[in-house]
Order: sequence, then C-alpha cells, then structure tokens
Amino acid sequence: MTDKKVVVSVKDVHKTYTETKVPVKALRGVTLEIKQGEFTAIVGPSGSGKTTLLNIIGGLDRPTSGEILVDGTDLSQLSDNKLIDFRKTHIGFVFQSYNLIPVLTAKENVEFVMLLQNVAQQKRDQRTKELMEAVGLGDRMHNRPSELSGGQQQRVAVARALAPKPAFVLADEPTANLDSASTANLLDIMSRLNQQEGMTFVFSTHDQRVIDRARRVITIEDGKVLSDIRK
Amino acid sequence: MKQIFTLASRNIWRNKRRTFITAGSILFAVFFAVAISSIQKGTWDHMVDSIVHYHFGYAQIHKSGYWDDKSLDNAFDPEPVTKILSDEKDIRQLVPRIESFALASSGQYTKGGMVIGIDPQRESRLTKVDGRVIEGQYLLSEDEGALVAEGMADYLKISVGDTLILISQGYHGINAAGKFPVRGLVRFGSPELSKQLIYIGLEKAKWFYGTENLITTLVVDTDKPEKIEHTVKLIRKNLGDDYEALDYKEMMPDLIQAKEVDTAGSQIILMVLYLIIGFGIFGTILMMLKEREYEFGILKAIGMRTSKLNLMLWLETILLGLIGCLAGIIVAFPLVYYFYKNPIQLSGEMANAYEKFGVEPLLPASIHPSIFITQALVVFFLITVLAIYPMIKLHRLKPVEAMRG
Ligand SMILES: Nc1ncnc2c1ncn2[C@@H]1O[C@H](COP(=O)(O)OP(=O)(O)O)[C@@H](O)[C@H]1O
Ligand SMILES: [Mg+2]
Repeated sequence: MTDKKVVVSVKDVHKTYTETKVPVKALRGVTLEIKQGEFTAIVGPSGSGKTTLLNIIGGLDRPTSGEILVDGTDLSQLSDNKLIDFRKTHIGFVFQSYNLIPVLTAKENVEFVMLLQNVAQQKRDQRTKELMEAVGLGDRMHNRPSELSGGQQQRVAVARALAPKPAFVLADEPTANLDSASTANLLDIMSRLNQQEGMTFVFSTHDQRVIDRARRVITIEDGKVLSDIRK
Repeated sequence: MKQIFTLASRNIWRNKRRTFITAGSILFAVFFAVAISSIQKGTWDHMVDSIVHYHFGYAQIHKSGYWDDKSLDNAFDPEPVTKILSDEKDIRQLVPRIESFALASSGQYTKGGMVIGIDPQRESRLTKVDGRVIEGQYLLSEDEGALVAEGMADYLKISVGDTLILISQGYHGINAAGKFPVRGLVRFGSPELSKQLIYIGLEKAKWFYGTENLITTLVVDTDKPEKIEHTVKLIRKNLGDDYEALDYKEMMPDLIQAKEVDTAGSQIILMVLYLIIGFGIFGTILMMLKEREYEFGILKAIGMRTSKLNLMLWLETILLGLIGCLAGIIVAFPLVYYFYKNPIQLSGEMANAYEKFGVEPLLPASIHPSIFITQALVVFFLITVLAIYPMIKLHRLKPVEAMRG
C-alpha cells in the first residue's frame, strides 16, 4: 500500500467553533493520510468530530489551524469560488439524506455536475447510464427522487458523486437513515466500486455492520484520532 | 445555461399554489396598470391629436408677436421664409393660411365666425379637410367660393349654392366685405369648430382682407412628428428674430400641462400598487429561500457556483413575473381593445369642456405597444430589485450551515 498515491493529507488540524457561547473544540490536532484506493471508515460516538473532520477534508469548512492537502492542493490557498470549483472536480459527496435535487430525475441528478463541467452530451449520457447500472438503478433513470426509496436515493447520490471521476468520495453517515437491507446493499455497491474501479471512499459511521465492511477503520474521540487500523 | 433554465422553470411549479398566488397578484397589478394607462394615454392622445390634425398642425410659423396678438396687422410675406426653409428635409410642406374673424350673413341671419383663407390643395394634404365635405364640393384652387361648417350653415340657414356675405376689418383697418357662393358644407366632430369655421380660397382671402401677398400663418407639415421640437429649433435658427415658430405643445401649453399632471398622478397610484405587490413577491421569495436552504447547500457543496445559483433564482422570479405579466396583458387586452374600437362617449359638463378645446367628446383607449412594454419593464425591474436580497443571502450561504438544518 505504501507505493499508492496520497489523496488526502491532514496535518495537525484543529477546529474550534466560536459562534457558540462556549467555544467548542471539535478537532484537537488530527493528523492522517488517505491513500488512493482505500475504503476507510471514520468511526466514533456522536459528537466525536466525524462530521467536522469530513467537512474540512471535503473543503466545505475551513480548519482553525493545520493543513489540508487534497490531491496535492492546499485547500487553504483557494478562494471561496475556487474551492467550489475544486469540490466540483475533485470530490464526490454523499450526505446523510436528501442528497438529490427534487425537481430533477435520477438521471439528471447524476449528470448534474458533468453539466456544470460542460461535458459533451454523448459522454454524459454514457457515463450516467453506466453509473446508474452500477448502482443497480438502470431502470429508474427517469424517476424523480420522491418516487425512489431512501436506499435508492442514496445509491443515486453515490452515482452522482462518482460522475465527475473525483479523487475520492466522502460520505457522512450515508446509511444513517437506511434499514439494514438497504444498508447492506449500499455498502455492496460502494465496496464493488472501490474494488473494481479503484475509487477511494471515506465514510463516517457509528454502525457496527458498516464498520465491519471497512478495510481501514480510523476511530476518533473528542476530536482526536484514537486508533487507525488497516485490515 | 439550459441546465439552469430547466432547474428554474421546474422550480416554479414546485409549489403550485404559491406560484398561482404570486403570478395572480402580478396579473392583477398589470391588468390594472394597462387599463388605467391605456384609457389615459388614449384620451390625451385623442385630445392632442384632434387639435393638431384638425387645425393646428405640429408647428406653425408666424411673424414675430402674432401668437400673442393675432391681428392681421401681423401678417407677413411667406416667400423669403419658404426659400430659407426649402432644404429642411423634415418639413414635408409649408401650408399658408390667412386666419381672422368676420361677420357672416345669409341676409336673414348674421353670426361671427373664423374665416380662414386656405390653399385648397396643401390644406387637404395637411388636415384632410376635403374628406369632411358632406354636401357640395371642396374648394378648387383659385376658388371664389366658401366652405361652411355644418353648424354655421344651420344657424345661417344656408346650403350649397346660396351666397354668403362676409364683413370684417382687413389689413391695417381697411373695410373688408365680399360675397361668396357656398361650394360645400363641412362636418367637424367638435361642435365648437362646427359653429365657427368658414374656409375660403387663399387668393380670395388676400383680396378680402386686403393683405396683398401677405399671410398670417405657415403651418409646418412633417413626416416626423416625434422630431418636431428639434425641427422647430432648426427653423428658429434659420429664420431669426423676425419670425416666431411654435410647436403644438407651445401652442396649447395649458392642455399639455394638464396632460402631464394627470399622467403623473396616475403613475403615482400605479407605483403604490406595484409597491404593494412587490412586498407580496418579496414575502414569497423569503419563504422559498428558507424552505430550500438545505438544497442550496447541497448545490453549493457539489460544485455550483454562487453566480449560477443566483442566475437560477433570478430566472425563477423573472419567469414568475413574466407569467403574471403576460397573463395580465392577455386579460387586459380585449377590454382595452374594445374601448379602443368603441370609445366611451362623454356627455354633460365633461363633453362641454372637451368641445371648448375643439375636440370630439370621446374617451378612446390606446393600444399603443408602449403601454404593454412599460408594464413588462416595470415588472422586470421590480423583480430584479427584489432578487438582490436573496442573491446576497445565497452569496453568504455556507453549505455546512445550510445543511445542518
Ligand atoms: N456549527 C457548530 N457550532 C458549534 N458546535 C458545533 C458545530 N458543529 C458541530 N459542533 C460541535 O462539535 C462537536 C463535533 O461535532 P460533529 O463533528 O458533528 O460530530 P459527529 O459528526 O461525530 O457527531 C460536537 O460537540 C458538536 O456539538
Ligand atoms: Mg455527524
């Protein structure tokens, strides 16, 4: 694994929320690296700082101190607009729920970012079809999110995250609102995409069944890395 | 761009009830505004146009001082003026007149009236007075006879073929008297004009009033009425101080001022109406912004720039405005069109006031495109201003905060 490219590098990151009455130290010196092709779970009890860490890695939030390199780019050097563009091209996001744009069909949601990137229609159609089939929803292309189950919506979100061929996919508790069958199904798909396409996944969870599927488990507590185990 | 348009147009139909209410309020405002502006513009245009077309023309040239003291003693020789202005391309023709007053008599009855000497051919091109002949014939050039307005003829109890006697004071106080065979009767919508007007040939008028080759008025006929103020300025520059040139606004300043005051008044009312509607639309925008905060967060997170997000939001509101505006115009148009084709007939006091100005007492609606375009522009502007606040909000929106809920 050591010869693999480093996709994410987090160095001594601190994050203190100051908008609250009492400042909250959500991250207290996190250092870690994510390499290409890894399938990593960020694990910890509620309030341990998982979401904060993923937001910072994904360029959705800025750390109070410390350095974040994604694909070799120092995120602190990017302006807000450049950061939006960077997220568009380098990072795929799957959120806990309501990921999709309700007025767009599954297909349109998946091709959304590609449209923002002005990818040609033929290429877009092909990739969308591939991805929808990869997540097992080839027959649901033209359904709106409201016509899909929670599990199906999360699968569309995974397809959307992969569409622009990002450096890695970030998923913050993607199964938190799913039943166990849908959870297993989503993980099967993510795992397969990881193994077949070599896509790097970083996801947070506190669900043991999900943790069991990860090949690397980083445990954080009180904003610090407690353990980092590769299986 | 197509993507943003797709998003915007679909977003409009997410909350149909709200869309209908918002578009409905815009419809109401636009309908109201179109109806008011149309009647107002139509009425005033009718008034001004009547006066301009029946009689005044868009501009007139006189000897300096004539407009304040309309005396035959202020008559002038048109030759030099015509020569100086012969190259002015916005002047179609200069129409000479001798305008003064005389006593008209049929022998049995006598009445004062306006006796105007006209060049029959030029005058007919300008005011189409030949089309107003209801009995007998229009004047020929060098005609020795007279055209009498219907009301005047009724009073004098004369008709075509009878002889009219005119008595007046001519140039520098000489006695003027003459016999004129009645060639035809002319009809005017305005009873005021109808009671007063008598036309005679220009040459005969020169003889009658004793002005030799002098006239009182040159009416400026133009193809470009919208440029008349500019044309008048040029005429003044070319003619110098010996002559005066007046455009139609200067010839009827009271009327033009009344028109402006009236128009400004209703514009204030419409502004207040749009302001109220604007608050309603603003409320809709705020609600929508709150409801979709999470979604905006997602869009920003996955790479949609604020500028595109703003464009989407602006398009949504503009589309909404456009729907309301179009609906308003579509509803208002048949009504306005009806009153354009079938003007309201005035009676009583109002009618009298109109007749004093020499205008038919009608209230036609106008279907001039500017009425509709103005409303569309107002709605467009209003919505663009209203969209500024949400744009600032979207600019500041942080995905993380928006999605925390
Ligand atoms: N925007 C915020 N303002 C203040 N405190 C916050 C904010 N976001 C998270 N926190 C606090 O930071 C800590 C870590 O939160 P979070 O990263 O959401 O943990 P997790 O995702 O593991 O549940 C918690 O104590 C939480 O209350
Ligand atoms: Mg969390």
